[in-house]
Amino acid sequence: MGEKIVERALFVSALSSIFIVFFILAFLLKEGFPALTLGWREFFFGMTWHPSHDQFGIFPIVVSTFVVGIGALALAAAVGIPAAIYLAEFSPDWLRNLVKPSVEMLVGFPSVVLGLFGLTVLVVFVRDAFGGWGECVLAGWVILAIMTLPHVVSISEDSIRAVPNGYKEASLALGATQLQTVRKVILPNARSGILASLVLGMGNAVGETMAVLMVVGNPNIPWIPLSALEPVRVLTSTIVIEISYAVWGSMHQHALFALGVVLFAVVAVLNAVTTAVIRRGKGGWGRD
Amino acid sequence: MCVRVREEVVKLGLCAAALVSVAVLLVLVGYIFFNGAGAINPAFLLESPYRFEHGGIFPQVVGTFCLVAVCLLFAVPLGLATAIYLAEYAADNLVTRSVRFFVECLAGIPSVVIGLFGLVFLVYFLGFGVSLLSGGLALGFMILPWTVRASEEAIKTVPYSYREASLALGVSKWQTIRGVVLRNAAPGIITGVLLGMGKAVGETAVVLLTAGSGLESFLPRSLSDPVGSLPVYIFMLATQGHTSAASSRAFGASLVLIAMFLLSSLFALLLRNRFVRRKRRKIW
Repeated sequence: MGEKIVERALFVSALSSIFIVFFILAFLLKEGFPALTLGWREFFFGMTWHPSHDQFGIFPIVVSTFVVGIGALALAAAVGIPAAIYLAEFSPDWLRNLVKPSVEMLVGFPSVVLGLFGLTVLVVFVRDAFGGWGECVLAGWVILAIMTLPHVVSISEDSIRAVPNGYKEASLALGATQLQTVRKVILPNARSGILASLVLGMGNAVGETMAVLMVVGNPNIPWIPLSALEPVRVLTSTIVIEISYAVWGSMHQHALFALGVVLFAVVAVLNAVTTAVIRRGKGGWGRD
Repeated sequence: MCVRVREEVVKLGLCAAALVSVAVLLVLVGYIFFNGAGAINPAFLLESPYRFEHGGIFPQVVGTFCLVAVCLLFAVPLGLATAIYLAEYAADNLVTRSVRFFVECLAGIPSVVIGLFGLVFLVYFLGFGVSLLSGGLALGFMILPWTVRASEEAIKTVPYSYREASLALGVSKWQTIRGVVLRNAAPGIITGVLLGMGKAVGETAVVLLTAGSGLESFLPRSLSDPVGSLPVYIFMLATQGHTSAASSRAFGASLVLIAMFLLSSLFALLLRNRFVRRKRRKIW
């Protein structure tokens, strides 16, 4: 009898996640929906976001978000994938045991501290070295790359290590060198994991808030940046900055919640792609 | 010979990339330490803040602890129960699969969206106001998936034979789970909780929207009081205090914050390394 009650209680607790996600979606949609009454075309493709004039075109914000996210990901991939290859294949054990935990520690590193670092070091450096405002796309790239790096390194490394030793042995036995083996055998087999780490990193980069907010400048009127040295405004920073003064119940507040829905949707799609890529990668070996 | 040399050069390049990733963490922590250490003194740790340039961060430190406590009180029991259900009871059916799916969904939601939800649902709809309760619960929503995942992983590493031995002695299923499975999974579960705690300690966006403005000079007396927290305090000082006094306070507070974060992460990693010892055959 008691056993049954316990099982029931555990089951109900397990349902809580479903309810939370459902509530999040419901409340966000309810608050965001009125913004679409202005016309969905003006909302999604409008070029001006000017709350005091009741203009809520999110196109420049979305484009800026992707510009910042993709650049950051490219930087993170350029450092992270070679690092993952080294850690998985060539690194002595002691070095690996030192590097991997420290990189993984960056995953939860307080983003506001990273933002403070960006604001006092990176922004000043960019301003002195390249001119301009300093608070710009470039600073956003570097800061976000630091935040994305641990995801890329950690997941890529796991997937490279998951390639069976037999494949490597076969390749080496055929006379291939270590690097040839890495390029022709290990990387193709680890491809789906590496790809998944990149998409996941992208999701994190798009959803990241504080660190980005503090270094990208956030001009009053968002625009599409034409150079890496221009300040921009991304989805997350717009929400956090403006929600503090948007009048509750105004169209402005609804538009900010609609931005939240867009952000949610973008990240959900990226996460779904990650899952799909990982699942397909488990299909077996021998794919080209 | 030439090929060998090239191989070594490429390997050095790969090694450099790996070292860069560590260097980033070291530079970050080092920079915060050197700029923050000067601001740390007993008055800074034990007084209340006054405007941007005066006083200390005592209410912020206490507030951060309170927020994390509320968050863990919500997320750990719920997460653990979910994990036990998924690992020990659930049949592979539609309900179980959707629970898993929604846990993953929740894990993927950006923190600012959780903050927005906290604002509209906890602060306005449920009427909790901008308070310790709202902030703690919103943080709890955020780390719930992490506690579920970590607990489930830990529970799954307990060998089946342990359960069989216990059941063979006539012990009931729930007693087996409590006495055998959870006891053996405890280090893994604690690791997960510590990692989640590290995440909650440093989270800014959620707390900024639901818990308070960061510069509160009082301690929370009840769950419905607004609380200051270290991340929001740092954010306010860094973006709105334009004096060197404010900036040095921001670094001091950052140092305290990352000390809290690094300690909980370090404990978690040590515990995990003791717990799981993976071995892999090396062929070169």
